[in-house]
Amino acid sequence: MSQIIISKQHQTAIEEAFLQQADLFQKTSHSTSPYVQKVRREAFANLEKLGLPGNKNEEYKYTRITRALNKHFAPENIKPAYAENAIGISQLILSGIEANILVFVNGKFSQQHSNMVSPPQEIIISTLSEAFESHTNLIERYYGKYADSKTDAFTALNTAVAEDGIFIYVPQGKVVSAPVLIYFITDTTEEKTVSQPRNLYIIEENSQVDLVESFHTVGEQEGYHNIVSEIVVNKQAVVNYHKIEIEGKDTYHTGNTHVVQTAESLFNAVTVSVSGGMIRNNLNLVIDAENCESHMYGLYMLDQETLVDNHTMVDHRKANSFSNELYKGIMDDKSKGVFNGKVYVRPDAQKTNAFQSNKNILLTDDASIDTKPQLEIWADDVKCSHGATTGQIDAEQLFYLQTRGLDKRQATALLLKAFASDVLQNIRIQPLREVLEKIISQRLQKDL
Amino acid sequence: MSVDNQILEEFTNADYKYGFESNIESDSAPKGLSEDTVRFISAKKEEPEWMLEWRLKAYHHWLTLKEPRWPNVTFPPIDYQDIIYYAAPKQKVNPANLGEVDPELLDTFKRLGISLEEQKRLTGVAVDAVMDSVSVATTFKGKLGDLGIIFCSFSEAVREHPELIKKYIGSVVPASDNYFAALNSAVFSDGSFCYIPKGVRCPMELSTYFRINAANTGQFERTLIVAEEDSYVSYLEGCTAPMRDENQLHAAVVELYAAKDAEIKYSTVQNWYPGDKNGKGGIYNFVTKRGICAGERSKISWTQVETGSAITWKYPSCILKGDHSTGEFYSVAVTNNYQQADTGTKMIHIGKNTRSRIVSKGVSAGFSQNSYRGLVQVMKRADNARNFSQCDSLLMGGKCGAHTFPYIESNNKTAQIEHEATTSKIGEDQIFYCNQRGIDDEDAIALIVNGYCKEVLNQLPMEFAVEAQKLLALTLEGSVG
Repeated sequence: MSQIIISKQHQTAIEEAFLQQADLFQKTSHSTSPYVQKVRREAFANLEKLGLPGNKNEEYKYTRITRALNKHFAPENIKPAYAENAIGISQLILSGIEANILVFVNGKFSQQHSNMVSPPQEIIISTLSEAFESHTNLIERYYGKYADSKTDAFTALNTAVAEDGIFIYVPQGKVVSAPVLIYFITDTTEEKTVSQPRNLYIIEENSQVDLVESFHTVGEQEGYHNIVSEIVVNKQAVVNYHKIEIEGKDTYHTGNTHVVQTAESLFNAVTVSVSGGMIRNNLNLVIDAENCESHMYGLYMLDQETLVDNHTMVDHRKANSFSNELYKGIMDDKSKGVFNGKVYVRPDAQKTNAFQSNKNILLTDDASIDTKPQLEIWADDVKCSHGATTGQIDAEQLFYLQTRGLDKRQATALLLKAFASDVLQNIRIQPLREVLEKIISQRLQKDL
Repeated sequence: MSVDNQILEEFTNADYKYGFESNIESDSAPKGLSEDTVRFISAKKEEPEWMLEWRLKAYHHWLTLKEPRWPNVTFPPIDYQDIIYYAAPKQKVNPANLGEVDPELLDTFKRLGISLEEQKRLTGVAVDAVMDSVSVATTFKGKLGDLGIIFCSFSEAVREHPELIKKYIGSVVPASDNYFAALNSAVFSDGSFCYIPKGVRCPMELSTYFRINAANTGQFERTLIVAEEDSYVSYLEGCTAPMRDENQLHAAVVELYAAKDAEIKYSTVQNWYPGDKNGKGGIYNFVTKRGICAGERSKISWTQVETGSAITWKYPSCILKGDHSTGEFYSVAVTNNYQQADTGTKMIHIGKNTRSRIVSKGVSAGFSQNSYRGLVQVMKRADNARNFSQCDSLLMGGKCGAHTFPYIESNNKTAQIEHEATTSKIGEDQIFYCNQRGIDDEDAIALIVNGYCKEVLNQLPMEFAVEAQKLLALTLEGSVG
């Protein structure tokens, strides 16, 4: 991991504000366990050292998130804002599905909108702040162990100040039949908001669960949220993780998902970004045992001036594992897509198979894509490949459909839908997939 | 595995056959870098005032820069005051023909397998040989002169063709471009200059051999090739150095300028001393190479075979400014023992209908690290730009690394960019297949690696292709994955 370039620019106002917030938080919160306090202190020290990423930071080269935050948020915005627009929120929630629904509004758990259907012996769901008190053993074993606050400033910031989020524990040998839908809603009806939720999902041996994190905005003003999720996939467990982003054009999002897989486990991730202001998703996967399988799918279908930056990292530490990654992007209007996929294969990870593919379509001359698929390989007996393409819809395919009587617009829409479906078909929760397909079809109708 | 290990060991013990030192007296500047050093070099070369000013400007800019640390290589800090910036082999002033060149010097080149005389007689390649810092002999000058082609040492060009140098120097790689380019611009000692006039197709391969000979010296040569409208030139560059325990710095600059319909083909076989098997010594090869396709339908093609140097750090690039221009980059980088290579290319698409092609083959063995780092950038106006990149890595042994850092930036919807990369080892089944047919492991490896690199080696001019194949076999002797 030679690529960590830390260049500390002169401090921006927003950085200072966040540091002050974190500092104040360190001094005033004494209620939780000493372990959590320690994790927060370390993260705070790391944040001070790192600073928010400046223009010269290679990892944030194409996504000037610090500059955007500095422009849109004043220090007084960084405070808990709990007002919620109940009607707006209830409209967002997926209906007609047997699911555990958990709703956070501006980082605060909303009992009113939440609903749990799975029995507690199948899955333990609580807020993180409750878990800090009631599940100290699990917290001490897992919390803050995988989210690396030494290298990423946003992870450090979240770890230093996060108070709440979701805690999920699936005991050994349970298949959770109803999916868990977690809504993170940025409500800016009253004022600009900043929130920093934090989640911990622990899936024990031989268990299975479907998780969905869904991000939405209510209100017209600027909102920012910085979220960190840690997912522990224990032996032979199966986790299907989805991250859905349908946010407002002034919502800023930095998200870090840290996954650790142990022996013979299976992890599937699907990340779908449809709208937002500036979105940065970091998906970090550590494969820490043999015979694991991981799939990562991503779709970013952007318009207006949305910027979506997907950074993925797969760290193969042990032998005989398989990882596959497919990210697809369609950029319209003045939108910008960024993809950076890293595959590390460490010396012990012999017989690793790792594949990575990134395909992009630009629909307008003002749209752009920056992609960097990256392989770093230290083991010789491996098969690794990556591919990246950017271009337009194939003229021959268009022609073929036109000879069958579709007009150009229909043909284009059909081909783009097919392009997107490579990713969407991996969403196993049918109602969710249908909703997304509908949104994308509507977008295609409008755009073309 | 035991056989593999044994062969691997043999391989790591393979010697660097160009590691002799010629006993030629050299005339050098004192150690260290200051404004005086720059003035000393300029005075030694009897340069006009404007050249000195250009150098000093570069020097002052260099002082404001910091050594870049972003590449995927590690090396101890370089003490820039502990380098001799100018070392010329002592010889009679301006030899009129080869007969007057120091016989010892000619012998050196003979041992390199590039006897100037022989080259002249047999292969018809025009050679400009640069030893340490100074160009020592240029062959075929007369014949080329008849066609209007200028092929001479850089310092001669500064004296004889100042208008051309003034016009083109720093036009592709500005003195302020980067740390090492600025350093080179301040202290460059010599190099080659080549000018192909309008409509001329250069009838023979032009070639420069670089050799570092004296101890503690850095070599800073500068190559400038200008191809006017509708002309063609193929240019070869070869490099070797003696074995030494300390690291030596080589920071060259190469600038290519292709006007309308011109084509430049630039091939490099780089075999600087890579250091011993424990990673001691060797050349730091930090080079800035860039070409501009300024005119319509112009073409620049880079081919490189990199087997030497302790650290190779270079990105021969193409700026595709003219509409319909083409850039190509073919590279084989082989690293062994503790060698490190961070190499690749940049293709900047500015003009419409520009095309580029990148084929990079990396082979790493021993404890070496081999990185491909490339940028394909399509500007907003570059309609219908087309790029295809392929970078494959081959790993031999479990202690080496292969890395790819491709940057793709597209700002035009009609651009079509494809990139693919693979990393793998030589298949046991492939070796087994060869064994069945009576080919031993060693030869099988050479065969497979040569096949793997064929796509690139085919781009080299004939004489070089043969040499490069031998070089590959030698560098990889005995390495079985």
